[in-house]
Amino acid sequence: MSLEIKNLHAQIPGREILKGLNLTINPGEVHAIMGPNGSGKSTLSKVLCGHEDYEVTSGEVLLDGENILDMAVDARSRAGLFLAFQYPHEIPGVSNANFLRAALKARLPKGEDIDAVKFYKQLYARMDQLEMDRSFTSRSVNEGFSGGEKKRNEILQLMMLEPKYAILDETDSGLDIDALKIVSRGVNAMRSENRGFLVITHYQRLLNYIQPDIVHVLKDGRIVKTGGKELSLELEERGYDWVHEETLAAAA
Amino acid sequence: MVTAPEPVGNDISDIKADNTGNFTFPERNKFDSGFGITEKTVDFIADVKGDPDWIREFRHKALKVFQDKPMPTHWATKDLENIKFDEFRYYLSDGQKPKRSWDDVPEDVKKTFDRLGIPEQERKFLAGVEAQYDSEAAYSNIKAAVEEQGVIFVNSTEGLHKYPEIFKKWFGKVIPTGDNKFSALNSAVFSGGSFIYVPPGVKVSHPLQAYFRINSEQFGQFERTLIIADEGSEVMYMEGCTAPKFETATLHSAVVELVAMKGAKIQYVTVQNWSSNVFNLVTKRGIAHEDAVVKWIDCNIGSRLTMKYPGVIMKGKRARGEVISIALANSGQHQDTGAKMVHAADETTSNVISKSISIGEGRSTYRGLVHIPKHLKGCKNNTECDALLINSNSRTDTYPAISVRGNQHATQHEASVSQVSADQIFYLMQRGLSEAEAMSLSVNGFINDLAKEFPMEYSVELKRLIDLEMEGSVG
Repeated sequence: MSLEIKNLHAQIPGREILKGLNLTINPGEVHAIMGPNGSGKSTLSKVLCGHEDYEVTSGEVLLDGENILDMAVDARSRAGLFLAFQYPHEIPGVSNANFLRAALKARLPKGEDIDAVKFYKQLYARMDQLEMDRSFTSRSVNEGFSGGEKKRNEILQLMMLEPKYAILDETDSGLDIDALKIVSRGVNAMRSENRGFLVITHYQRLLNYIQPDIVHVLKDGRIVKTGGKELSLELEERGYDWVHEETLAAAA
Repeated sequence: MVTAPEPVGNDISDIKADNTGNFTFPERNKFDSGFGITEKTVDFIADVKGDPDWIREFRHKALKVFQDKPMPTHWATKDLENIKFDEFRYYLSDGQKPKRSWDDVPEDVKKTFDRLGIPEQERKFLAGVEAQYDSEAAYSNIKAAVEEQGVIFVNSTEGLHKYPEIFKKWFGKVIPTGDNKFSALNSAVFSGGSFIYVPPGVKVSHPLQAYFRINSEQFGQFERTLIIADEGSEVMYMEGCTAPKFETATLHSAVVELVAMKGAKIQYVTVQNWSSNVFNLVTKRGIAHEDAVVKWIDCNIGSRLTMKYPGVIMKGKRARGEVISIALANSGQHQDTGAKMVHAADETTSNVISKSISIGEGRSTYRGLVHIPKHLKGCKNNTECDALLINSNSRTDTYPAISVRGNQHATQHEASVSQVSADQIFYLMQRGLSEAEAMSLSVNGFINDLAKEFPMEYSVELKRLIDLEMEGSVG
């Protein structure tokens, strides 16, 4: 049982972005991926979820042993993969509650419906954890939300859908310190031995609150360095260039 | 009434479609006027229906007007030229008198209602329903409560026979025969439709409902509805249409006239889902006297071509006219809809909110007319039209004609065109919704604020119809 990414190559027309990426996330682990702009961090999250802009040219992605690369976006989601978006989309006219209900219902056998009472009980409990006002249930998904509210809403969805593997794409961007703490608390509450996380971030700051087990450096479409929590601190201090030099030195 | 099961109110997000609207039952017509339209056709209809002389004469005059009037193709779509008037039958009846109780309704009619998905508990509610099967009402029963209030709710034939003094006073007055080619056609061959009179001060306790359904190939349906709300009264009327599919084009051309006397309020709600070979060319107009309100709530799905511009003539001071409309055009369909607001008194206000959705090669057109003459003062109009395009080859056009003379009025007009983006669908699918579900949810979100204007059971039906359309639009 794990999310295994094997020798993954992916491109947009005319440009290869992921160039043989290998990574295995076991349930219970929190992996952080750091890297400079343009290294392929966000591409990785979209490719894993099946975004149509990217073509996978070779490699495999196994979710608990099942190759998900042939699966549609929604089937991957139902198989247990979740992406907290860097830029969550607005869905005008669709209330948060209806959206979550539709997403949960999509996981049930055809014809079955969710228990509305249980649903609201759970929803309110999760919203309380994220310090979200009850009015968010009836507001349109992300419409008119501040950057911080959008990110909290992503974590709310994560908490409600309880995926096996969750990818957080730059969840810290646009968050002030208070919001960062709340969001991190939500994520930490979801950490469990049955769930793996892939935390994509630019800055070490987030990792003070969501402490990773393993840190990877992504550069030019490949993981060029892997280490423990202390690696992120080193990156914060020294930047990414030394990793680059080290990689070149190793290759030479 | 149906109540929402939980705290989010008008939640229609999780009702799934389970039929395609694609079914028909054997015809059994004792009366059939044959194909084409001539003086003989008109006489045939007048004979079968036992029309009084003035109606027979009215029909004949209308036939002349119809024959003389050209098609309005100088502004409307050329597709109108494809209507072959000789290939339709203009009257069809199963020869049955309207029924008084549900038990008397033929089994195949009930089956049709089954397929329409009207829930069991709502059928009781439908006791107050006028249901049109082909061109005659197969079932008509006025709820005791409504009758006790002195409300007249019958089909138009019964109306003109039983209540000639009220009927004659208003019939053809809001929409004269010569208004347009299709109102003339309707005036010549009309059958079916409702006649409603609400006495002064009466607030009708139940929405009055009528379900229409075309069930004979190549058969034109020409219902004629006349609603009069006397001083200070209030009534809501609801009509819904879902038609089975046929291989040849079907013509539907209704005329609906509303009269709201001083201080009265009429709301007219339509949800229709015509099969994609139907020409739906409807004339709907209301007169609002002093302090009266006429509100059209209109949803058009399906048909090959729909042309419909519900109008309100605000004849008395402080009268109000409203059109709330939703149109959905799929490939091979053209929804040419809009509103006409004619301000004819001081301090009148009108409000038009239109949302259209074009799927595939579907085309939707908004055509609006707002008229405020110079000699009036204190008139207000608000017009909003929003179009949603689903695919890159979908099409929308907007033709707002707002003529405001004088400087003592306020008008505002807003229009927008948007598209369901690939990223929005990706976002929804990443949460586990199928592509069709994601589309459905997006489209339902787009019309959500208007869907709330519909009575609960209609917004449910609306949601189901949109789900059906979306299922076919992806993949």
